Amino acid sequence: MNARAMLALALCAAAAAACARRPARTIRVCADPNNLPYSNREEQGFENRIASLLAADRHATLEYTWWAQRRGFVRNTLKANACDVVIGVPSRFEPALTTKPYYRSAYVFVTKRDRGLHLQSFDDPALRRLRIGVQMIGDDFSNTPPAHALSNRGLVPNVVGYTVYGDYAAPHPLSGIVDAVDRGEVDAAVVWGPQAGYFARFARAPLDLTPVSPRMDTPSLPFAFDISMGVRRGDTELRDELDEFLVRRRGDIDSILRAFGVPRTDAATEGTGS
Amino acid sequence: MGAPGSRILFFPLAGFLAVGAACQKNQPGPPPPDSARPLSGTVTDTDLTRLQQDDGQWVMPAKNYASTRFSGLNEINTSNVKRLGVSWTFSTGVTAGHEGAPLVVADTMYLVTPWPNILYAFDLTKPGAPVKWSYDPKTLGAAKGVACCDMVNRGAAWFNGRVFFNTLDGRTIAVDAETGQPRWTTQLADINRGETMTMAPLVVNGKVLVGDSGGEFGVRGWLTALDAGDGGIAWRAYSTGPDKDVLIGSSYKPFYASDRGTDLGLTTWPGDAWRIGGGTVWGWISYDPDLDLIYYGTANPGPWNPDQRPGDNKWTAGMFARSPADGQARWFYQTSPHDLFDHDGVNELVLADLRIGDATRKVLMRADRNGLFYVIDRTSGEVLSAAPFVPVTTNRGVDMKTGRLIEVPEKAIKAGVVTRDICPPAPGGKDWQPMAFSPATGLVYIPHQNLCEDGEGMQVSYIAGTPYVGASVVFKPGPGGNRGALTAWDPIQGKPVWEAKENFPVWSGALVTAGDVVFYGTMEGWFKAVDARTGELLWQFKTGSGIIGQPIAYRGPDGKEYIAVQSGIGGWPGAIVSADLDTRDKTAGNGWGGVLADLKQATTKGGMLYVFSLGSGQ
Repeated sequence: MNARAMLALALCAAAAAACARRPARTIRVCADPNNLPYSNREEQGFENRIASLLAADRHATLEYTWWAQRRGFVRNTLKANACDVVIGVPSRFEPALTTKPYYRSAYVFVTKRDRGLHLQSFDDPALRRLRIGVQMIGDDFSNTPPAHALSNRGLVPNVVGYTVYGDYAAPHPLSGIVDAVDRGEVDAAVVWGPQAGYFARFARAPLDLTPVSPRMDTPSLPFAFDISMGVRRGDTELRDELDEFLVRRRGDIDSILRAFGVPRTDAATEGTGS
Repeated sequence: MGAPGSRILFFPLAGFLAVGAACQKNQPGPPPPDSARPLSGTVTDTDLTRLQQDDGQWVMPAKNYASTRFSGLNEINTSNVKRLGVSWTFSTGVTAGHEGAPLVVADTMYLVTPWPNILYAFDLTKPGAPVKWSYDPKTLGAAKGVACCDMVNRGAAWFNGRVFFNTLDGRTIAVDAETGQPRWTTQLADINRGETMTMAPLVVNGKVLVGDSGGEFGVRGWLTALDAGDGGIAWRAYSTGPDKDVLIGSSYKPFYASDRGTDLGLTTWPGDAWRIGGGTVWGWISYDPDLDLIYYGTANPGPWNPDQRPGDNKWTAGMFARSPADGQARWFYQTSPHDLFDHDGVNELVLADLRIGDATRKVLMRADRNGLFYVIDRTSGEVLSAAPFVPVTTNRGVDMKTGRLIEVPEKAIKAGVVTRDICPPAPGGKDWQPMAFSPATGLVYIPHQNLCEDGEGMQVSYIAGTPYVGASVVFKPGPGGNRGALTAWDPIQGKPVWEAKENFPVWSGALVTAGDVVFYGTMEGWFKAVDARTGELLWQFKTGSGIIGQPIAYRGPDGKEYIAVQSGIGGWPGAIVSADLDTRDKTAGNGWGGVLADLKQATTKGGMLYVFSLGSGQ
């Protein structure tokens, strides 16, 4: 070995620590560009924050593939190999291989605090007298669990439907149903926790958020869901890596969820956010 | 209050906002020629009623206002069709489902592709029919994420020197048929609210009639008439809501009592459910010039589950007769009141004058999603007969006194409950794929599926950040095991005459000619010619991809008869291939995954136009 080669070797050895911290890989995330509180193109959602945490943890650069989270989302992103991880999916989500759950939330009743309604149960007789907002899916024979629960109890004429998609031209398409409570267009709404928790913060009047009960309706209709990260089916290597990350950085993730007001029905570290 | 998002931030979302389309004014065209079909030159005849009777041309997707898809050409017939060969082809370069029909006007063929909805004109006077011009409307990519069932387009329409077509991102566009220059664009549907446009327009008396798609997104269905000259909206008739929105007034005279009353589009829904009640208009429109009435169907009620919308849910899942001048309704008939099964009422309405009993009746015929073949008096809306053309467990026919479908509610799908042998399933006995009627044989040729479904408990899904549950629906072959067929149907007797069984659902349109030949395509890619009287297979050609397009016939500038069809798998079932759905999930493609698991082995995607004639390529 000549002197020059030895010098190069020495330099490289000296710089090894720095080299290791240089981004050696890219974390490719599939996300909706206009879906607060989860994600948006400006990276203001809590899933954006978790993705940034993940990238920093892996000393990786973060790259997004943006696609509206509609029918075909997984097909056109994860499955098309355009990206490798979806930050939030239900743990029992068939189209993806999912990690262990990192939070659990529930559908919640959203009411104005000054109304003093204190709704907790779908069996509360007061529901029959109230105008109730609920989100509709529109996939054949599918709907949000509260939509099923209300119709199962014959609560129909006083129910107001909001499409779960909202108006995608709006800056935050999902806010409509919570805004409707705030504006008094409906007395109550039943909304998926993370959306309710986030948009309730921007209400003019204080809103109450109460997880619905029962926690499970017959026959086997759940109102609380575990949320995991999702990777391509078969990508067990990445799934295992993410599982390790989710356990080790649990406190940081819980902080992010708490900052966004995500109501939890599992035990979060450092006290629950709800 | 946490640091992130301490206020709601407003920002424009590049690439997804509907483009405010420029509106160009009409340029006056040259005067109409004397003959309906000059051998060359520009046709600018305004008299579509005359042109649609000319068998040399194919000026609207259904051939004529009666939507018969019958060509009077007979050069190609049962004795010589076996000599049919490929004359020329054209690759669209698009891999989504090709459901469209080409048009032939004078010496030019027009073709609009699935998204991105490029319009092509071909010069039929030259060998190989080179592209004369093409027009790219720059359809927004974001529309793909909104379309329910593949990114299809069902064809264009021609009138007065212009070609009209819809784009998936919700525009109707008029293009100069000679030069390919856009004349006007009107933005009608809003993809940001889940609306798209996939249907073929129909032009009647200078009005371009178009409707919307997207019932699953909670949109409110409508049919809109645009002025062919400048694209301005002449009228719009909604499918739900108060009478003034539905254009129901003093001329409205329905046959059955259940369709009479004030504001039924409000009162047959709970609360405000009608506001997102569906009833989109994505199928076909027919027109009777003598009665001066248009006929079209409305789609299923949505996005509500049936138990969330007690009532008849007017005016969804039925058919309207309207005056094309002002849109005013004449009558309405509801094929599926309070639809339980996703049985849209959008299938084509074929107009004919049939000898029924001792009288000749002006009828319309409909092979409905609900499995019944309806013969209806088109002057009044009276049901003359309704007979099952596929195995049916979801209804017991029609009460002929009240006109009402006799439903079997225990077959309705409910989340968490196992319901088996629901026939026909959501796509129905027949979906959008149009049938043909031959006045020569008196038979209707119905391309259809033979399927049932099981609703099997609960499935967790996720959309727009929201977990939800629904019945996991799985389609399966109907009795006999064949998943599709082309059935020749006697509309007067209300029974089949012959049936050509197919392994896969027949998702293509049908064409019948005066040569007594019926043409249709299969999902494997076979383009078939069968004897219109016996169903005997006379000729077949294997195209490059599964066929879900609409075959047409025309006479070329050389005087020869040509048959044209697009090949290119896709559509609701074919998305298994065109969108590469995972068939390990039996519920993929909303139920198709299991029953069409073998489609991926049978065909691959890719759009191609095929044009056939006698003796070609031999």
